[in-house]
Parts: sequence; C-alpha cells; structure tokens
Amino acid sequence: MSKVTLAKALNAGLRKAMDNDPKVLVMGEDVGKLGGVFRITDGLQKDFGEDRVIDSPLAESGIIGTAVGLAMRGYRPVCEIQFDGFVYPAYDQIVSQVAKLHFRTHGKVKMPMVIRIPYGGGIGAVEHHSESPEAQFAHTPGLKVVTCSNPVDGYFMIQQAIASDDPVIFLEPKRQYHADKAELDESATPLPLHASRVAKAGSEVTLIGYGPTVKTCLQAAEAAAGEGRSVEVIDLRTLSPLDLGPTFDSVRRTGRAVVVHEAHTNLGMGAEISARITEQCFYSLEAPVLRVGGFDTPYPPARIEEEYLPDLDRVLDAVDRSLAF
Amino acid sequence: MSLVDPARAGESFIQLLTPEGERVTHPDYAFDVGTADEAEVIRGFYRDMVLTRRIDVEATALQRHGELGIWTQLLGQEAAQIGCGRALRPHDYVFPTYREHGVAYCRGLDPLHILSLFRGVDQGAWDPNAHNFANYTIVIGAQTLHATGYAMGVQRDGAVGTGDPDRDTSVVAFFGDGASSQGDVNESFIFAASYNAPVVFFCQNNQWAISEPIERQSRIPLYQRANGFGFPGVRVDGNDVLAVHAVTQAALQYTREGNGPMLVEAYTYRMGAHTTTDDPTRYRMSEEVEYWKLRDPIARVKAYLVRQGLADQAWFDEVEREADEIGARLRDGCRALPDPNPLSIFDQVYAEQTTELADQRDGFAAYLESFEGAR
Repeated sequence: MSKVTLAKALNAGLRKAMDNDPKVLVMGEDVGKLGGVFRITDGLQKDFGEDRVIDSPLAESGIIGTAVGLAMRGYRPVCEIQFDGFVYPAYDQIVSQVAKLHFRTHGKVKMPMVIRIPYGGGIGAVEHHSESPEAQFAHTPGLKVVTCSNPVDGYFMIQQAIASDDPVIFLEPKRQYHADKAELDESATPLPLHASRVAKAGSEVTLIGYGPTVKTCLQAAEAAAGEGRSVEVIDLRTLSPLDLGPTFDSVRRTGRAVVVHEAHTNLGMGAEISARITEQCFYSLEAPVLRVGGFDTPYPPARIEEEYLPDLDRVLDAVDRSLAF
Repeated sequence: MSLVDPARAGESFIQLLTPEGERVTHPDYAFDVGTADEAEVIRGFYRDMVLTRRIDVEATALQRHGELGIWTQLLGQEAAQIGCGRALRPHDYVFPTYREHGVAYCRGLDPLHILSLFRGVDQGAWDPNAHNFANYTIVIGAQTLHATGYAMGVQRDGAVGTGDPDRDTSVVAFFGDGASSQGDVNESFIFAASYNAPVVFFCQNNQWAISEPIERQSRIPLYQRANGFGFPGVRVDGNDVLAVHAVTQAALQYTREGNGPMLVEAYTYRMGAHTTTDDPTRYRMSEEVEYWKLRDPIARVKAYLVRQGLADQAWFDEVEREADEIGARLRDGCRALPDPNPLSIFDQVYAEQTTELADQRDGFAAYLESFEGAR
C-alpha cells in the first residue's frame, strides 16, 4: 500500500483498465506526450502507444464524435475534455448522439464511453476553467454521471466507469488532483459505481456533498463537533442515477438536510435532491432542506472565487439555520 | 440566380453518360465492372433506381394519406445513391443522413425500417451491423464524425492497406451541401486527414438546404474544399449513375489502400421538397426544376438501354411490375406496423437499467393499470 494523490490514483486506474482490456483507448487534447495538462494520463502513451493514447486535434466535438464511431467499431474510448468550460462544443454530440444511441436503436448500439471532465473551482484560473456543469448532464437521459471526491474512489471508479456499457460523464474535482494523499489498497473491494456512501456518521444534521465539496462538508462536520453538534456527511458519488437511499436513511434520523455543491444553486443538483428528500422524508423533516451552492452568476474572477464557492463558514451558517428551525 | 448549368460545375465534373443517354469517356475515370456483364450491371442500376424511386413515391403518398408523420424525399438523387451504394463491398460501412433510402436499399435494409422511423413507431432502430449501414442521423453533419471514428477503429483493427480485398475496409460518410457548413463536417475532415483515416466523404450537393441555395453555403465548388484539408476532392455528375459508380469505386479503393480520406461531390438536384412539410414554390423557380427534369438520372439510362438494344419493353414492364409489388408491400406493411408499448421506453435508455428508471416504469405501469378497463 502507498499514499497517492487523486491524480496518481486516476492515472493508476486508467493504466489498469488499459492493461485489462486492449479495446480501451484514451483520447483528447495533449493526453499523449504531455500526459494531459493535469498529468492524469502521464506516461500512458509511452507504454501503450499512439494508437491507444491519441492526441486529438483541438476540437471537442471531434473528440466525442469520433469516439462514437470508435465505440460502434467495438472500442471503449476514454475521452478527456481538458477543462469543464470547454465541454460545450461537444455538447451536441454528447446530448444528441452519445446519450441517445442506445435508446434510438433499442439497445443494438451501445456507447461504452467515458468522458472525463476536470471540474470545479478554487485553482485561481481564468474564465471557463472552474465550472460545474454536472446538472446539465444529469438532466440528460441516457448519460450516467459520477464524481469522485478522493484518491481511492478515483482509482476504482474510473475503472468501473470504463467497464460500464453505458456512457459515463466522469467528473474529477481538479482542486483535489494534487491535494490530499490517501492510502490506496488496490486489492480492496470497491463500492459499486452507482452508490453513495456515508463519509462521516452523525445524528443532528445531514450534509450532502459530492466531488470537491465533500472535503468542505467533512471540515464543517469537524468544526461543528467542536461546538457539540453531530453532523453526518454523505458523499453522493453518483449524480445520475442518484443513489439517495443512504441520504433518506440519514435524514429520517436527523430530520435536517443541507445540500452543498459548487454549481449554481438555481436548478442545480440540490434542487432535485431537496425535492426527493421532501417527497420521501416529509414526516421526518424538522426543517426545510437547505442548499449551499455557487451563486446564480457566471463563475467570478479568481480573486473573489473563494467568496463565490461554498466554504466552511457558509456551510456552517446553513447548518446553524437548519438547527434553528 | 441558381439555374445551375453543369457546365458551371468546373473542370472536375466527371460524366460518363450524358443526359441524352450517350456514353462518353473521361481521362481518369472509366466505368469498370470487372468480369461482370456490363449490360447486366447497367440494367441492374436501372432497376435499382426505379425501385428506389418507387419506394420514395410510395412513402410520399403514405405521408399524404396520414400514414407517415413526415417523409424526406430523395426524388432526383437516385443515381448518386445507387451509383455509390453499388460500388460498396459488404464489409464497407455506411453512415447516412436521413435521406439515403437508395443506399439503404443497396445495403439490403428493409424499407419498412425507414417507414417505421417516419411513422413514429421507432427512431430508426435497425441493427447497423446487420447491413453495415448505421442508423439515420437527423442532426446535420453529426454522422461524419461517427464515420471518421469508425474508420479510426478500422485502422486500429489493421483492416486498411493490407492489399487483401476481403479485409481492407472503407467507411462512407454521407452529407449534403447544407451540412458542409457544419463544424462537425469540417472537424471530421480534419480528424480524417490528421489520422489518414479510410473515409470517403460523399456529399450529395442537391443545390438546396431547405430554402437556402448552395451559394449561401459556399463561394467555391464544394469538392475544392478538400484541397484545403489536404486530401483529394472530385466532382461527379450526380445524376449519372455510371460516373458516380466509377468515381466512388475509385475513391473507395483509394481509401482502402491507406491513402487517407477523399471527398466526392455528387452534383445533383433535389427534385422534390426538402420534406413533405416543405413548399419549394416559396423559394425557387419552376424553370429551374424543369431544367433538371431534362437531366433525370433514370431517363438517361433508359435512353441508353433502348438505343443500344440492351433491354426490350417486356423487360421494362417487368421492372414496373416489381415496383408495383414493392409499393403494395410498403402500403400494407406500413399500416400494419404496430405502435410501441409505452412502457418499452423505460427499458431502452441504458444498457444497465437504473433503479430510478425501473421505479418510474413501475409507477407509470400502475397508473395505466388504475384505469377502468385496463388490461
């Protein structure tokens, strides 16, 4: 066992998947020689060759559109979109083709494709490099959407996504790439891909996060514990399909729920999660489900992004408001 | 002014059979059927075009009778589609738009699959691998990238440039003059060129993108676009089935050999409307249509066969009888297509069903069952 970052864990997971199945291809801008701008595909082209680790022309629709054809020919493409804000040129291919081909053909065409997208803010970047577009994909039937919050999940979830016969939007919290290290036991039995988990047990408020906000939620729980408050943290992991079983169990015990994400609050994942909690846990609720998210503005310039992003204090403020009901 | 004279079409306009039915030669392209009987092959093309036109006419009529929601007519483009379709080998792969009924016919796809789509019974759910004919794509130009990716897969499978005719594979991407403006088409040119992928980009320039003439899409002949992407492009008389066959055969071979992509512009004309909901009298002159009627793709082959004594009236009558048979089969078959079960939609979204969707299905099933008289 060794301690690895999320970036290293994803790299190891990709390498394992490519070792296991010669049909797995990696493609995208700068993924070959450079190893990707975040080095997630570092060394893969050297070891697997240019036919399997493909530096693409600089055209996102072209990457996804050709991946559709490769999938139809029996390959399993893993596409990298360099940054969240650059996925939109490929949006038509993702929403109108990738997501619908299985449905259109009654399952005769499968799309075993993974679209990796580094997402979220907090790295001091220029415009279009810090966005959280998950709701746009979770809103699209035919896609599956997952996000990892830590190195262990990164290692296993990327392999599970590649093994899936459905197209998976794989969101990677870029702020975490080179941040915290974790012990990675490659022989451990992972959770299923489309399962959420309790990241920290608690009894008074349920905090629901995913991707980059899991860490914030855990810090909030710790801070709240210092004030004698017991906060439970759920790491959703899968956004489509949603696995809200553990969330419902938790809210039925705590009676209070706060959803935390970086994406704009309006019509974000929090809106859906809140609606479902209300439908399923109505008689258990002691307070309305609260949301802490990015504001309904475009992502701001980097010098004020820490104000825009849901941080420890804003999460704790929501916890207090929930408890005050 | 869009009264297009093929003489304007440029020096690369390749023609082997004139509108009057006279065979002519071209320095670079010859009609070559190998060891087959040439007259038999040309009679076959005639038959293919007549039957394809009948499929199109019947489908148009079925739409008028309310049996189809809409139909995309191919009237006038029979030579472009049969000439290309008959040049393909079984292991080549086709990525069509939504108007390639003639190519579909050549690939052996039952036209009822296509009627199913336009009737709203399904969305074109045929198995693409059954005939190496991908599903119709309605978003303009999107399929050219799929074709290019498929061709990249062909390369990785070592099925190009081996010299083995049973192995070397080409992929044909269909698109139109309107689609030539799409980013996806231009990106597919770039990807195919960059990777030297075995793709024949087959553009049916039918002069009209619904109401917009070709001049709105391009200020140079479309085949010349290939030059800027670094691969060859040619323009062929799209209403000349012999020339289309010759040029496509050459393009397929060029790509199979591993030389990279090639663009074929089949210069043709959309004689009908864009679809059955369109009204071309609002945007084009009837004299233009009359002009193109004189360049009908079927009439010139008939003139040739008659003049050369290669087919008699009994033979032409037999083709008509076959067409009648197809018409009757399509009329009956279309009306007999069963509506899908509303609950089936839930099972077709994912390869691995989700609990959420299974729950939604069960809820909807229970709702339907709750009505009095439900089964």
